[in-house]
Amino acid sequence: MRKSMMYIGSVAAAGILAACGGGGDAGGVTGSIVVDGSSTVFPVSEAFAEEFQAENPASRVTVGLSGTGGGFQRFCAGETDFTGASRPITQGERDACAAAGIEFVALSVATDGLSVIVNSANDFVECLTVEELRGVWQPGSSVTTWRDVRAEWPADEIRLYGPGTDSGTFDYFTEVINGESGASRPDFQASEDDNILVQGVAGDRFALGYFGYAYYLENKDVLKLVAVDGGSGCVLPSDETIEDESYAPLARPLFIYVSTSSLQRPEILAFAEFILREGEAVIPATGYHALSASQYAEQLDAVREAAGVAG
Amino acid sequence: MKQATETQGDGTVALNFRRSRNVKERLIGVLLFLCAATSTLVTVGVVAVLLGETIGFFSQVSIVEFLTGTRWEPMFQEKHFGVLPLLAGSFMVAAGAAVIALPVGLLTAIFLSEYAAPSLRKTLKPMLEILAGIPTVVYGYFALTFVTPLIRTVFPETDVFNALSASIVVGIMIIPTVSSLSEDALRAVPNVLREGAYGLGATKLEVSTRIVVPAALSGIVASFILAISRAIGETMAVTIAAGNLPNMTLNPLESIQTMTAYIVQASLGDTPRGTIVYQTLFAVAMTLFLITLVMNIVSQWILSRFREEYE
Repeated sequence: MRKSMMYIGSVAAAGILAACGGGGDAGGVTGSIVVDGSSTVFPVSEAFAEEFQAENPASRVTVGLSGTGGGFQRFCAGETDFTGASRPITQGERDACAAAGIEFVALSVATDGLSVIVNSANDFVECLTVEELRGVWQPGSSVTTWRDVRAEWPADEIRLYGPGTDSGTFDYFTEVINGESGASRPDFQASEDDNILVQGVAGDRFALGYFGYAYYLENKDVLKLVAVDGGSGCVLPSDETIEDESYAPLARPLFIYVSTSSLQRPEILAFAEFILREGEAVIPATGYHALSASQYAEQLDAVREAAGVAG
Repeated sequence: MKQATETQGDGTVALNFRRSRNVKERLIGVLLFLCAATSTLVTVGVVAVLLGETIGFFSQVSIVEFLTGTRWEPMFQEKHFGVLPLLAGSFMVAAGAAVIALPVGLLTAIFLSEYAAPSLRKTLKPMLEILAGIPTVVYGYFALTFVTPLIRTVFPETDVFNALSASIVVGIMIIPTVSSLSEDALRAVPNVLREGAYGLGATKLEVSTRIVVPAALSGIVASFILAISRAIGETMAVTIAAGNLPNMTLNPLESIQTMTAYIVQASLGDTPRGTIVYQTLFAVAMTLFLITLVMNIVSQWILSRFREEYE
């Protein structure tokens, strides 16, 4: 009985070891890469992760969805290699990273036209001015119906949907519309997961929401884009209006931060280079606006330098 | 150590295990006691942690505001800590679930114990248990994607995330709890009572409703309370289907936020330790714990006080 147990045990151990060892031969980079952060940047990170894993089958890229704030928290605790952000890192987050000894490189990967969205059955809203948006979203706002925004609109209650307080989109929108990051009326359906916001706006005839352009693009059939008037006429977000900066003030850069210590690992460097090399090709499919080739190339040099690799 | 056997003077062999048996028995007793103590210690530990952070919370927020305030806005700039909207949300979902589960569960129990043939009972009872085995997150998506559209055909003004669909699925979810505990209580009523009633010319309905149910009442009420406390503590279904909008309302067609959904929202996000938002997690959890604790104590008391022992 003892002898056969030993036999089985050693065969099992050999089998396990063989299975473990097999991964490296598939070609390309091996290792695990942890990405987290903004839900707006998520479609971008996910697209890159898919393409990267297709080229490097032995690698494992996991992409999380904690929100810009939550992502930075994990990043500055050393838990993630990359973190997506739909706003620049704040001073407080910088201090937290410095305290933990985490240095990083900020990669600007795309520009987003933060979109104001209504239900596709909404036939009276085509354009909203920044002042009207502020009137709806500011703290202490008394706007409850569409008629409170413009007298000729119906007196139906506006159902508000927006990102939660951890979201970079929330920080950015409140900063440019309400004047201060984080200043917002509290009585709206909040979620860090933009898909929930899409569901909410798509289900409610009198809903109003705001989130990244990519989520509008995926759900064009049930959502309607609202043009924003920043002082020089109503502008809809699109590649052209973002490129020439006429979609203001809601066009914003999207970032992916990578920690310098992670860059010393070959798979992290490979992924960072992949992002910058393939950005021009991958980004447009996600619905965001890609940067120019030269902008990506400049950042490529910065990444190589931070990794200590000869450019 | 003494030998296990001892040859006696007359040639017989006596087993000499009294000493080692005592030691073994003691050891097993201690081990079993430790296992039982573990669960008690864990409960005490949980309560201690909750209490610690809750006391910290109430050193910053007045308990009066917490218990009587009608605005729950802990994450925005201008903070309000009135827990009543969350309580109203949890209460609405639990009440709605009770309206569905208690009658259906009790009637199912009466059917299974008094009316059903043994073969039918054998097939029906396991099927009911399957209902209890479905993961709650599946119930949540079922509510969002199937029940809500159904409600909206009857009440078109219902929000996408509403309390009614959550209460319906939570009600379905706790039917097995009510029915199996009630059925045990009903079956525990001795047949003597039934036979006596039949002997006096009572119909089956009269026996079931006038004799058996009142005799088993303490067990039935205990099962009700247990099911309701389960409904109050239900997390996934309400998080998905009921919404994230603290709303002081009794209208089940509106979006609400229950205590459990708030805990999910806050803990998934960016809540650094020691901040007031972090402490709200514990304050709300403590409230939830106290409510379910009180309900459990009440159900135990009812069971012990009103239980009728016939044998």
